[in-house]
Amino acid sequence: MSLSLPEVKRVALLARIEITDGEAEVVQGQLNDIFKLIEQMQSVDTEGITPMAHAQDVVQRLREDRVTETDQHALYQSIAPQVENGLYLVPKVIE
Amino acid sequence: MRSRFFASLLPLSPPAMINASLKQLSTQLAQKKISSVELTQFHLDRIARLNPGLNAFVTVDAARSLAQARAADARIAAGKAQPLSGIPVAHKDIFCAKGWLTTCGSKMLANFVSPYDAHVVERLNAAGAVILGKTNMDEFAMGSSSETCFWGPVRNPWDRTRVPGGSSGGSATAVAARMAPAAIGTDTGGSIRQPAALSGICGLKPTYGVVSRYGMIAFASSLDQGGPMAKSAEDLALMLNVMAGFDARDSTSLERPAEDYARVLEAPPTGDRAKPLRGLRIGAPKEYFGAGLGSDVGAAVEAALAQFEKLGAQRVAVSLPNAALSVPAYYVIAPAEASSNLSRFDGVRYGYRAPDYTDLADMYRKSRAQGFGAEVKRRILIGTYVLSHGYYDAYYLKAQKIRRLIAQDFVQAYKQCDLIMGPTSPNVAFALGAKASDPVEMYLNDIYTVAANLAGLPAMSIPCGFGEGGMPVGLQLAGNYFTEARMLQAAHRYQLATDWHLRQPAGVE
Repeated sequence: MSLSLPEVKRVALLARIEITDGEAEVVQGQLNDIFKLIEQMQSVDTEGITPMAHAQDVVQRLREDRVTETDQHALYQSIAPQVENGLYLVPKVIE
Repeated sequence: MRSRFFASLLPLSPPAMINASLKQLSTQLAQKKISSVELTQFHLDRIARLNPGLNAFVTVDAARSLAQARAADARIAAGKAQPLSGIPVAHKDIFCAKGWLTTCGSKMLANFVSPYDAHVVERLNAAGAVILGKTNMDEFAMGSSSETCFWGPVRNPWDRTRVPGGSSGGSATAVAARMAPAAIGTDTGGSIRQPAALSGICGLKPTYGVVSRYGMIAFASSLDQGGPMAKSAEDLALMLNVMAGFDARDSTSLERPAEDYARVLEAPPTGDRAKPLRGLRIGAPKEYFGAGLGSDVGAAVEAALAQFEKLGAQRVAVSLPNAALSVPAYYVIAPAEASSNLSRFDGVRYGYRAPDYTDLADMYRKSRAQGFGAEVKRRILIGTYVLSHGYYDAYYLKAQKIRRLIAQDFVQAYKQCDLIMGPTSPNVAFALGAKASDPVEMYLNDIYTVAANLAGLPAMSIPCGFGEGGMPVGLQLAGNYFTEARMLQAAHRYQLATDWHLRQPAGVE
């Protein structure tokens, strides 16, 4: 499997990372080298094997539906890039 | 080794202090031969002197550290000391610490003062340990050399033209250069063990789920584990006792009865006192001793295995047939999970925001392009691709199936042995810049370490000799699930019979 330049740009768009044409070309070569490494997996027969996500046989714990967090928005927003009246400021989305 | 006995009776001179065990330091503090303030200041002075040439620390805050030290001294005076009370510990800059700049080695978080403490930080603080500073690391823990750090590369104290390994290279260098008596790091594909090996110290990755990941900036959630880095197995055990334990805020944290990881370190040997490890079966997988292993590393590891046999252990041949697939599977799973975890960095609520942008989408794209370094971007792109529509089955799901095969190999091997041993890294520390241009060559450094992360098994590295250029070699021990205490016991017995772990680099006196 080898990535074309349009595919590199598509993936960059999905990942929300800006990439110039020059950068895309450099990255394309590097990604394709990494894909050669990953391709080694394809020759292995994994028919009937269950995917493994976690070493232990556990399930997601549930907790009581009860409010436990306190309002700390002043603290958390003290490090925000742009804040006003308790709201994070971002460029307008809806015209 | 003789000096360890005398050191517990007399106030410590600087050379003895920097090589004291955590237990010895704890005794010195309890006997009021030294205060935590003195001990902390002693290390802060060493950092001021040695760090400029090593770049192990990103942030030092003497006022904060000394305030904690004073609190620890009060506790010790009130007779409420615990094993780590008053001991300064260096924290990898991936652990959120309230009020401390926590950068994760990245421009993306270069301005992030954490508003909360990681669970591990809470535990160390509650135990009375002192935060000595935040250590440098590969950006977002993605690397095996500590060269991708936004704050510049970390240098190996054994040879400053070489890397200390990564991604916990700052923590490894801090301990190796005796700037800190102990440190904490994280291990996703070997990032505690490999820098421990390359820097001549000890490091341990616990069974997945034993140490809470809450507040530990996430790289790959099914692989990440925090763990201790120190000068001996005994020190690691004391650190792990404080770090381990259930935390409801980490959904993958395991509820298990509390364990004293130091409980069998000095377990009396049954029978022959000269063979304290009689009954221990050590598996040396043939796949870890084949092509790609440096002959210098191989020789030191073989000598270590012979030493374990002298201590009574029995070496058995085992095989991990799918070992070669570890690296490919890891480089699908880790980037995939990273692409998800790093999607939170968008310049909106914290961290880096690009100075100029046109609209919201542009703000995201530019903040991430400017905030992340090249390796992080590469891994996010790989991860995004393998999770995208049409490719998920062929890559991510396939890798998860191979992951199960790899885990099953270990289950089979542990029917024939108690511990698996081999080299931690195929080579000793390499020169700065030597592997920076070829990502895949860098990835192959992880060849012996990633399997333990994929399988969720505990593993550690201890020094076992020297190789090319006089650089340290690490021996990796890997145990079955939840066998950290036994693994530490074997390492401790080895360290009572050898002194590789007591060697220190020149120039750090």
